[in-house]
Amino acid sequence: MAKVNIKIEGIPFEVEAGMTILDAAKSCGFEIPSLCAFNNGECSKGSCRVCLVEATGARGLVASCVYPVSEGMEITISSPKATAARRSSVELLLSNHNKNCQQCDKNGKCELLHVAKITGARDDMYQGEQTPTTLDRLTPSIVRDTSKCILCGRCVARCKNAHGLGILGFEKRGFNTIVAPAENRSFANSPCILCGQCVSVCPTGALMEVSEIDKVDEAMKAGKYVVVQTAPAVRAALGEEFDMPIGSLVTGKMVAALKRLGFKKVFDTNFAADLTIMEEATELLGRIKDGGKLPMITSCSPGWVNYAEYNYGDLLPHLSSCKSPHEMFGAILKSYYCEKNGIDPKDMFVVSIMPCTAKKSEKARPELSVNGLPDVDAVLTTRELAKLIKRSGINFVKLPDAEFDNDIVGDYTGAGVIFGTTGGVMEAALRTAAFKLTGKELDKAELTAVRGFDGIKEAAYDLSGITVKVAVAHGMKNAKVLLEDIRAGKSEYHFIEIMGCPGGCIAGGGQPYVRPCFLPNEDADILDTFKAKRAAALYQEDASKALRASHKNPQIIKLYEDYLEEPNSHKAHELLHTHYTAREKFN
Amino acid sequence: MAHLQEAAVKKITEICDRYANDKTPLMMILSDIQKEYGYIPLEVQELVSVKTGISVAEIYGVVTFYSFFSLTPKGKYVIGVCLGTACYVKGAQQIVDKFSEIIGIKAGETSADGLFTLDALRCIGACGIAPAVTINGKVYPKLTVDAVPKIVEEYKAMEAQQ
Repeated sequence: MAKVNIKIEGIPFEVEAGMTILDAAKSCGFEIPSLCAFNNGECSKGSCRVCLVEATGARGLVASCVYPVSEGMEITISSPKATAARRSSVELLLSNHNKNCQQCDKNGKCELLHVAKITGARDDMYQGEQTPTTLDRLTPSIVRDTSKCILCGRCVARCKNAHGLGILGFEKRGFNTIVAPAENRSFANSPCILCGQCVSVCPTGALMEVSEIDKVDEAMKAGKYVVVQTAPAVRAALGEEFDMPIGSLVTGKMVAALKRLGFKKVFDTNFAADLTIMEEATELLGRIKDGGKLPMITSCSPGWVNYAEYNYGDLLPHLSSCKSPHEMFGAILKSYYCEKNGIDPKDMFVVSIMPCTAKKSEKARPELSVNGLPDVDAVLTTRELAKLIKRSGINFVKLPDAEFDNDIVGDYTGAGVIFGTTGGVMEAALRTAAFKLTGKELDKAELTAVRGFDGIKEAAYDLSGITVKVAVAHGMKNAKVLLEDIRAGKSEYHFIEIMGCPGGCIAGGGQPYVRPCFLPNEDADILDTFKAKRAAALYQEDASKALRASHKNPQIIKLYEDYLEEPNSHKAHELLHTHYTAREKFN
Repeated sequence: MAHLQEAAVKKITEICDRYANDKTPLMMILSDIQKEYGYIPLEVQELVSVKTGISVAEIYGVVTFYSFFSLTPKGKYVIGVCLGTACYVKGAQQIVDKFSEIIGIKAGETSADGLFTLDALRCIGACGIAPAVTINGKVYPKLTVDAVPKIVEEYKAMEAQQ
């Protein structure tokens, strides 16, 4: 790569040609305040004007996030002209911003407030008209509040890059511009899959999850038997909310905190992940033997299920009929568990802690219920759990570790843990499918071919003479490639794992925000590495378990003996399986 | 999308195919559709999205950015009043107001009988004949407020004869 000589603040540096001033400055140890620039320009590029600097050879001030360095360029960040310009840019953004920061859920993680602080912006510098605003709270998952939107375009880019969807776009022009789904519709009336990736990149409170903390409070107050379950990915990220390094595994502290919060029982969704594997592996082998619809596709990710219902109605028979793990757990808790413990299922209130915003909508699906009772009553994101913990005066970092409840349900194997990352469901399913087909355990539990973050991963396993071909995709852009092949009749796979969010649940839309500006101790490339760090935490827990295949889980074996009879039995179908419906995109 | 008539689907597909090899075909496609039908409703945008792979939100963004594109059907006679600087200082605002008063619609709207659409335009480059008005392409130079009622009457009479 060619190099160029530049000066920043009068100090000479040699940097790569073609870099933006912002990146060049960063590599030389300078931090220019910036807002719309995110993850290698995943934004509308130069729209916010917060990163203005002086550069020789340029007319006026330049937006450093888009302006490339050139030989001999002298860059000034700290001149009165540049600092005043950056401050004005932020003040102009603030002038058209709903500044009820106190009650904003992004408070503490708001990048607009961050740059306001750095630039010394005054919040009432410019006063005047405000752009007419829209508040969309129609879905159970995501709130869109345009009064907080700064039109940076990060969400627009993320939806397009991750999923090829582009649900959000810029609408109208000039002062009336807003970011919205077509026709400024609600997410509820557009083919949004509610994955929350837009929420995870939004620098302000314009896109947020719908909070259900109040619902949980009310259930507690009403004296319900409130139990909680936590998805695998939560333990790999919750620590970040308490300033622990990315990739910290906090299973024990999380359980301890939940117990202090007053939940009657604290269960691990991994138990149900093991149950899912029993059902799903059996379903797969059944389809292979009886000539059923192949490839079979996993159905744990509600974002992916939404995508399938909107875009591939013709392929729905390929989806496994298994409910997602936390729904299965809810159904088992309100049937088997209540029966065994003499609890009236009507008194039970099941809370799921999930890394996901789509799970909030999933739990509201009427088909995910048994005897008129929803399997799950409330879904909190990892971020909401952190809020609950902070509110309750718990010092999370200093908590002693505690163990999950596992009286008759709750035990889990390593297979359940890795559900939280792309490839994990596949690996877990193959561990059990291999045993069912061959009667032997795999020589090595780790199936590395399906690990990692390639968009599409493929592998073939020879199991007792049957070659099982599998593929794994995450993010709908990647999934689409596999789905188009199925549609064209060209797919040779038996089993496909699809997760909605790129990276899987560890990088789900409900996980702690990864914002370099708030993470001074993480490496500069943290946006590229955080998924692998969180995934490593899950693989670490998997490796630490004595039992690593779902069919070895003693409580699962007992559950089938005592209650469900066998995988895919009539009873199992009643409680643990569901169906899907093709949906109109713009209804 | 399900509500589109077969003939429309065919026509729009043909328009999209015209620019299949273009790197950035959207503006050309939308422009042709606007000319063909006079408006570009969401159903049509959905079809264009399927044909081009460009998201509906992005297409909607383009349609709402350029005033040349319309989301609703335009009237039989589209009255365009230039509000560019030269026309404005020559009293174009009063001309818009007069059309608005007589027809009973605001700028940007279409009359209930579908006869007239009133558009306030940015500079159309005819400053020498300010204030300028166009009706379906016919130019009315140096128009005065007093002349407005007669013009509207003429079109109404023309319509009555047909």
